[in-house]
This record gives sequence, C-alpha cells and structure tokens, in this order.
Amino acid sequence: MDKPVNQKAWFLVLPVLVLVAFSAVIPLMTVVNYSVQDTFGNNVFFWHGIGWFQEVLTSPRVHGAFGRQLLFSAIVLAIQIPLGVAIALCMPRRGIWVSVCLVLMALPLLIPWNVVGTIWQILGRSDIGLLGRALDAMGISFNYARNPLHAWIIVVVMDVWHWTSLVALLAYAGLRSIPQAYYQAAEIDQASRWKVFRYIELPKMRGVLLIAVLLRFMDSFMIYTEPFVVTGGGPGSATSFLSIDLVKMALGQFDLGPAAAFSLLYFLVILLVSWVFYTVMTTIDRAEG
Amino acid sequence: MARITLDGLAHSYLPHPQGEGDFALKELNLDWEDGAAYALLGASGCGKSTLLNIISGLLRPSRGRILFDGTDVTRRPTAERNIAQVFQFPVVYDTMTVRQNLAFPLRNRGRDEAYVARRVVEIAAMIGLEHMLDRKARGLTADAKQKISLGRGMVRQDVNALLFDEPLTVIDPHMKWELRTQLKKLHREFGHTMIYVTHDQTEALTFADQVAVMHDGRVVQTGTPQDLFETPAHTFVGYFIGSPGMNVVPARIEGDRAILEGGPVVRLGDVYGPVTGRTAIGIRPEFARLTEGEGLPVRIRRVEDVGRHQIVRADLFGQEINVIAAEGERIPADAARVWFDPSHVNVYADDWRVTPLRRAQEVA
Repeated sequence: MDKPVNQKAWFLVLPVLVLVAFSAVIPLMTVVNYSVQDTFGNNVFFWHGIGWFQEVLTSPRVHGAFGRQLLFSAIVLAIQIPLGVAIALCMPRRGIWVSVCLVLMALPLLIPWNVVGTIWQILGRSDIGLLGRALDAMGISFNYARNPLHAWIIVVVMDVWHWTSLVALLAYAGLRSIPQAYYQAAEIDQASRWKVFRYIELPKMRGVLLIAVLLRFMDSFMIYTEPFVVTGGGPGSATSFLSIDLVKMALGQFDLGPAAAFSLLYFLVILLVSWVFYTVMTTIDRAEG
Repeated sequence: MARITLDGLAHSYLPHPQGEGDFALKELNLDWEDGAAYALLGASGCGKSTLLNIISGLLRPSRGRILFDGTDVTRRPTAERNIAQVFQFPVVYDTMTVRQNLAFPLRNRGRDEAYVARRVVEIAAMIGLEHMLDRKARGLTADAKQKISLGRGMVRQDVNALLFDEPLTVIDPHMKWELRTQLKKLHREFGHTMIYVTHDQTEALTFADQVAVMHDGRVVQTGTPQDLFETPAHTFVGYFIGSPGMNVVPARIEGDRAILEGGPVVRLGDVYGPVTGRTAIGIRPEFARLTEGEGLPVRIRRVEDVGRHQIVRADLFGQEINVIAAEGERIPADAARVWFDPSHVNVYADDWRVTPLRRAQEVA
C-alpha cells in the first residue's frame, strides 16, 4: 500500500519543539554558554574552554559537597525505603481507616518545601521549639546551628518526615495489587509471615519500589530548600549539599562560569546515577525472569 | 485423604443476616466420599467459591459444621486441615525455581531435606515438570504455573482433599483439554478426593463422577452427569446443562397429560398427582423430534447448523423452543410438527421437579 507523503506534517511537531526549546534547550544552552566563558564584568565575555570544568572537578570544596550529598542520599534511602515498606505493611487494607491513613500520609507531601524547612527550623530550636525544648528539658543540649552532627540529624529527620509517606503510599499501592489468592495459597502452604513478605510481597512490590528508589534518589540528590531554610548549609559547610553549594557559588559569589560548569556536571551525575540504578534493577529483574 | 461432610452449612457475608436472601450460601447438607472427584457447577456469584473457601478454611461459615472423616474441623485454620487448593489465577512464588516452589510447603512443615528432594522429584514427574525443575517459576506459561500450584498441593502426602477454583480460566484453549485429562489421570492414579469448582459444564461433566449444580446459593442437584442431563431436579439445571438448555413450557398437569396454554396436550411418560404452583413441562432439545405427522404444530424460525447436528429454533404456541435434528435431516418448511418423547418429559412446579406417582400405562 502506498502511504501518502506529506512533509507538511512536520509542522505538527513544531509546537512541541518550540515548547521544549523554551523550557529546556535554550535555558540549558545558556548554562553551557556560561560554562565555557569567563568575564571581568561589563558584560564582556571571552572563551575559557574547559577551564571551569577542570577547576570544578579538582576543587576540594565541590568534592566535599559531593561526598556529603552522597552520604545524605544514602542515609535517606536507607531509612525511607524500609520504613515506608514497614508502614505500608501496617496500614489497614479495607474499611474507613484506609482513607484516614491515606490522607494523613499524604499531608507531609502537600506542604511546601520551605514551610517544611520552617516547621523543623522552629521545632528544633532550644529556645522556642517543642522538640528543642523537650530535648533540653531531658538534659540533652541540642543545637543544630552549632553542632554538625545535630544539623545532620535534623536535616535527615526532616527529610524522613517529609518523604517517607511517598514511599509508603507507593508500597501500599503495590501491596494492594497482590491478589488475595497469594495469601490464601501461602496459608495453605503454611508459610510464615516473614516468608509471605519475602516471597510474595517483596517480589510483587519490586516495580513500585524501583520507582520509589529512583524518585527518592533524584529528589534527595537535588535537595535544596529544606536544609537551606533550617541550617543554611551550616554549621560551616557541614550540611552544604550540592545544590546549596551551587547556589552559594552562582549567586553568593557570582562565579557564573564555575557555577555553570558545576551545574552541568551535577546534571550529568544525576542522569548517570539514575541510569545506572534503572539498568541494574531492570537487569536483575530480567535475569530472574 | 478424607471423606468430607457438610452439615447444615450456611454462610452470609453480613454480620447479622436477616432473611434467606442475606445468605450467600443457603443451608446445605452434603457428603463427599473419600477419593471421589466432585464438581461444583454454577454461574458466577452462585456461592460456589464461597463453599470452596469454607471447605478450605479460608472462610468461617456462619452456621453449620464441616467434618473431615467425622472430625469437626469448622473452627480449624487452613493449615491444620491439610488441604490443597489451586486458584483461578496461577499462584507461584515468582522468585523461586520450580523446585523451590514444590519444596516450599514441605520445608515450611520442617521435613528433612532428603525427603523433600525425593518428594519434589516424584511430584515433578507426576505433573510432567521434571525437565524444568531448575527454571524460575515466573517465566513459565500459565498452564505450567497452574501445574506448579497443583504440585505444591500434591507434594504433601497426607493431603485430605485437592480443591480447584476454576483452575482453567486463564489457560489457553488447546491446553485446557490436556490439563483436564491430566487431572483426571492423576485422580485415577492417586485417588485424592478432588473438588472442582467451575462454571463450565463441559469441564464439570468430563472431570467429575458427581456434579453438584449450584444456583443462587443453593445446591439444587447432585448427581452423575447422566442424572443431570436426563432428570434435572430444577429448571436451572435444565437450562444450565446442555447446549441449548432444556425447553421449559408452562403447562397444566392432569394425570399423565400436560395441557399447554391454548389447549394442546402433551402425553407424559408418568402419572402425576395434583400439581400446584407455577407448573411447566421440561423437555430437552435432544428428546424432541420434528415430524410431519404426530405431535404439536410449530413454526420454525431459524435453523443453526453446528456441525454434528442442527439446532432448530421454533415457535410452539408463542413459546420459543429448541429442537435438535440430526445432521443432514430435512427440516420441513413450515407445516412442521414437534413430538416430545414422553419418557423424557419432566414436570416442574415452581421450578422444582415433581416426582411422578407411577409410570403411565401406555409407556410402561
């Protein structure tokens, strides 16, 4: 059969091209532009090659931020994924409590990020915050503004509070999609609760957990607002994660060139790690198939 | 293996059932012999899965008792009843190999590994999976998965009964036949008590020695496939079994005659006492014959040739009936008559079959 040829059909793709160009390509190209140029002000730029990239790649400050970022994402994932699954397992399966639980779980997800930061910033203060005062009353001197460990604790706890429900909701959806027959068969086979989890629930949740891990990794790796509000990256640079450091560099010091190179590398790292995650997990999936 | 007795069993999904309508399963007394194959046949929502789940212990009945070999197991959990169940959708443990799947129930019961290994190989040979023991279960076809489910049940030697809940629903048509034949063979060889729930009459009739037909939460008839075909105890059994189902024609019953609406008379093979209620006669299309001489006048609407025979859709005094005619038989154009074999005409009052007083003289 002859297909009608009409090259004008390409115009149908035009709106998308324009949209993507303005929303992604052009802004990204501006950054690319900055990353290879230097300026001494007066809007005069000159070519700097890959100099900024070399500088960023060898900068101890960026290395530090990168290390902290990895540690933060690892801690957050290690807490949120198991905790989210555990919460999902404890949630009721039917009845009115399902809706109550779902709404309660969704609440932290609906709060704007800087509000979350403010909530915890106040909560942890030892002069007016509930948590800070309570700890103080128990004889624990808690000060996230001066003690790096305390700063980490509050940032991690805040992120767990904010995002565990996302994992729990995803895991819950995965659990709910398991047909009742699996549980009945397990009962007939006299499988213990642990075996039901290990051989039925966990394998069936694999898909949603993969999504949860990816989402939580990307989000936690790009975290900015909450720690910025609570600790401002401090004390010192103890909680300066990549985004915070990047903003300091770009807007605080107005080092546009290095900051542009930094953000491109940052973007590539996220892309790379997400790709590796995805590939590894789908390969495991296929290997077991 | 065990004899299963259902004693006054009834179940409602409501906490405080009021009338009979609230019961998904109406009061039921049944005896299932040790080592026989039974089918529970009925349309969707008739309570057959409820009954099965009560037997397996996944559901606790509102009333009545279940006895295995005379022991009351009503309050016992599934695990203690020692039954096996194959579900509608194949249940396998995805991450395990076929071997691990089959070994799972034994390992959970703490049997020693040597026994487990031997038993798994035995069962795999029985269900024809010995060549794929080391493959992951999740990549297999639906019929292989269903065999694994079955194998997980049979791997326990002391299993009381094997229950099947529409096990062939997701199996490809060409595999259905094979699996069913295999089940039948396993039953003959190993003699497990088997209870097979289905809505497919062919499956039920070919699989089971005894078929219990369920309708609206009630077992309306239990019998051999032949009983169900020749003397349906309820008009539902008549409709549901057979293709097409039994013709039910409203009629007044007087002794050995049935008088249809409009006056025509049908001779019956038996003599009946006074029959009250909504009365009708039931006659299977197989026992009706188109003639040119005797019988009642019908108007033929349509003839369907289904290969082995022809199905004649006809109009009998405003009542639609089906008649089966032999393949190649000439169907009279319009002035046709239909003759019902008197010995196969059953009488129904309010949908239940009426037992005749005695054989009619002409036929006896």
